[in-house]
Amino acid sequence: MGIIETDSAAAAAVDKALPGFGSALFRSGSVDAVGVRIERVRKTFERFPALHDVSLDIRPGELIALLGPSGSGKTTLLRLIAGLDFPNEGAVYFGDEDASHKTVQERNVGFVFQHYALFRHMTVMENVTFGLRVRRRSVRPPKAEIRKRALELLDFVQLAGLEKRYPNQLSGGQRQRVALARALAIEPRVLLLDEPFGALDAQVRKGLRRWLREVHDRTGHTTVFVTHDQEEALELADRVVVMSQGRIEQVGGPDEVYDHPNSPAVFSFIGESSRLPVIAAGNRLDFADRPIGLDAQQVRDGAAVLFFRPHDVEFAEPGEQAIVGTVVGSRRTEGTRQIELEVGGAKHRVDIEIPVGHPATTRSRIAFRPRRWKVYPVPG
Amino acid sequence: MTFGLAVLYLGLVILIPLAGLAWRSAALGLEDFWQIATDPRVIAALRTSFSTAFIAAVVNAVFGTLVAWVLVRYEFFGRRVLDAIVDLPFALPTAVAGIALTTLYAPTGWVGQLFASAGIRIAYTPAGIVIALIFIGLPFVVRTVQPVIEDFETDVEEAAALLGASRLQTIVRVVLPALFPALLTGFSLAFGRAVGEYGSVIFIAGNLPYKSEIAPLLIVMRLEEFNYPAATAIATIMLVIAFGILLSINLLQAWSRRRFGHAL
Amino acid sequence: MPSDVRVPHPDAFRNPVTESAVARGTTIAIAVAFLALVLILPIVAVFSEALRRGLDVALAAVSEPEPLAAVRLTLTIAAIAVPLNTVFGICAAWAIAKFDFKGKTFLITLIDLPFSVSPVISGLVYVLLFGSGSLLGPFFASAGIQVLFAVPGVVLATIFVTFPFVARELIPLMQSQGSGDEEAAIALGASGWQTFLHVTLPNIKWGLLYGVLLCNARAMGEFGAVAVVSGRLRGETVTMPLEIEILYNEYNFVAAFAVASLLAFLALVTLVLKALLERIYGRDHVTGAGH
Repeated sequence: MGIIETDSAAAAAVDKALPGFGSALFRSGSVDAVGVRIERVRKTFERFPALHDVSLDIRPGELIALLGPSGSGKTTLLRLIAGLDFPNEGAVYFGDEDASHKTVQERNVGFVFQHYALFRHMTVMENVTFGLRVRRRSVRPPKAEIRKRALELLDFVQLAGLEKRYPNQLSGGQRQRVALARALAIEPRVLLLDEPFGALDAQVRKGLRRWLREVHDRTGHTTVFVTHDQEEALELADRVVVMSQGRIEQVGGPDEVYDHPNSPAVFSFIGESSRLPVIAAGNRLDFADRPIGLDAQQVRDGAAVLFFRPHDVEFAEPGEQAIVGTVVGSRRTEGTRQIELEVGGAKHRVDIEIPVGHPATTRSRIAFRPRRWKVYPVPG
Repeated sequence: MTFGLAVLYLGLVILIPLAGLAWRSAALGLEDFWQIATDPRVIAALRTSFSTAFIAAVVNAVFGTLVAWVLVRYEFFGRRVLDAIVDLPFALPTAVAGIALTTLYAPTGWVGQLFASAGIRIAYTPAGIVIALIFIGLPFVVRTVQPVIEDFETDVEEAAALLGASRLQTIVRVVLPALFPALLTGFSLAFGRAVGEYGSVIFIAGNLPYKSEIAPLLIVMRLEEFNYPAATAIATIMLVIAFGILLSINLLQAWSRRRFGHAL
Repeated sequence: MPSDVRVPHPDAFRNPVTESAVARGTTIAIAVAFLALVLILPIVAVFSEALRRGLDVALAAVSEPEPLAAVRLTLTIAAIAVPLNTVFGICAAWAIAKFDFKGKTFLITLIDLPFSVSPVISGLVYVLLFGSGSLLGPFFASAGIQVLFAVPGVVLATIFVTFPFVARELIPLMQSQGSGDEEAAIALGASGWQTFLHVTLPNIKWGLLYGVLLCNARAMGEFGAVAVVSGRLRGETVTMPLEIEILYNEYNFVAAFAVASLLAFLALVTLVLKALLERIYGRDHVTGAGH
């Protein structure tokens, strides 16, 4: 079972809506994509360590997500790539070039902010052409050329005809698209987005998500985006970088990160999860002094923590080794029922999903086993 | 009930006196009014008042913005003290400021001395008036621009840098235009205040008719002569202009709201 | 680079999106020099001139009968004008911030008027009102009360010019605070007066204090309006600022600056109090949306 199934109809609609299909600027792969390498980067803010020894290899042309809760360091990392901050240690490479000593102006990255950061006193056209207009004479294209490019870009982001408007006359979604057009106008090597849809409401967010993927596929830029919304990361990205407390926990494709999380932090952050403290003995797991019929996955003997997904469980036959609990709560969600069980003598609670028609009610006893699970040793 | 009280107080303290002024003005008759209004000395006084106020307001607009920027954006020793001192012209009596500035800029004063050796006189000339009006108007610009700089979102400046703009380009193309409405408001406030200023100016002005005589002084002189019609006429002209300034500030606010979607 | 060599990055502490250190330093220097020249120098000059011949001479000058009478008069005027304008200011700010009514903009403009009109004109309107040939002059004269060129006139003119200060401080403050607290109190059963006393007043007390300070400073320091209505009878209708003018025009500089120092000192106290208030209670509680 995949995470989010592609809605082919929706994708087709988005496809139809995107004009500029044959535009010279946006033929697939026309951009010289460059990889980004982050090498052993450390960043401290006034004694608060934001990033500890972070290394990451971003491939040319890939769409990669930095995912994590607030305080995980993902925005700090993005800003270090952009040049808005400098690391205390380590280096950032664009391709083979060490960008660490380049100023923000020299790096030529496209950046999209969560709150758009549009220039309020300029029209849409002036916003989009800004990056080209501030260039030195020697590298500045002629005025007509600048205008032409801007109009093509606006066409590409579906804002044709709005070039004379001011930002305060646009909706949130439109403003964000102007921000993207503005970032693309300078033909960046790398595109960075900081929670680009965070300030928009849910409907607009979903639509723009798909659209961003389309844009990426058309232009081929190496794109890094930061989000705390795991659904967004899993849906959009080629690879997901899960971060927690200034460290990278795991890097991998959406399926890999969902199905094979390599740490409690990743497991609990991505998708729904239930957890229980268990003891690993030999190659079996015990909970509340009873074996629960699960393999210990080669975790060393001793205290450990068991993670599983609520929907990935099966009922146990009487007499089989299982986790046993009492129903204390029930919630109806789309197409299924989620119940809360008290286990281990009312000291722990877990959520599991059961079919809608199941007869269990409050105070029923349920015995179950996860179909898939992960065990992690408890440190120390 | 409190509203009624407020209205009553307002009526007593403001409306009745203003009504008196309007009544007296009306009693003047258009022809007499015009005669007074076009008297060369009156015109010279008005010109002195408005031109010195304008120059002072321009100086304040430039330096006041600079001061506001420095107070908001930079950390340095003594910043808090300087921030508090900006309000001095609000708190200091105009007469005190007047005699202090005169003493400073007279040919024997600490600053006047430096210029006297170059043959430049400041006190008792229109230049002196400008100095006094700069003192009076400074906080109007600083306190109007300061909150705007404080609320300024820095991501816009970062965006400009990311797009390749140098720091100077960012300041000129992104920051200053955003500050401009507030700057204009501050300028207008400083200008309006400076036009009517009396106490801090009459000591340093020299008060030579046609040269360094300000309009409020002319009004006072006419009053002392009991020439109420003349005083009233000059005052009315000044009031009309003051009203015009208030109105234009309000219009400016409304325009900014329409154009940029936010008030000043 | 060997993986266990950790060299701190030279640019680790520079904020990349700000002016260079040189630009910053220069701008700060210009700003400080400007403020020193325009603001600090004059106030230093006041005290310096007052103490030119020594502290005892200055004190003696201030203790002369006429300066003392001026101080008395100034204090009296402040004692009348400030409380009256404070009460009005609270009422007006209350009405404007918490309610919507027709003529609200007109009221606000009216409140701003004395603030933007020349003080001389403010004095003028009172002369026109109470002078000979005017509406009210004869009325008061027949009752034996002299308004113009006497203390009542001075008090009235001072009330007129200082009248906006408290209101102007409170209006933006109360507007930014909204009426949520008051509505909650009334929903809980408090009367209007109780709400005002226990809910509104505590919220605005620091802004109110600052407004009162400014009102007082202006009341004691008003010159232009008072110069017009006063008549300049020494010992009777001469306030401190007028006394300063008279002494200065008599070339009695030390005395003039000595009296001026008293007012300058008051100004400094006002500023210090404001800074303290803001420091302790945060900008939002003292001023609303700026002057």
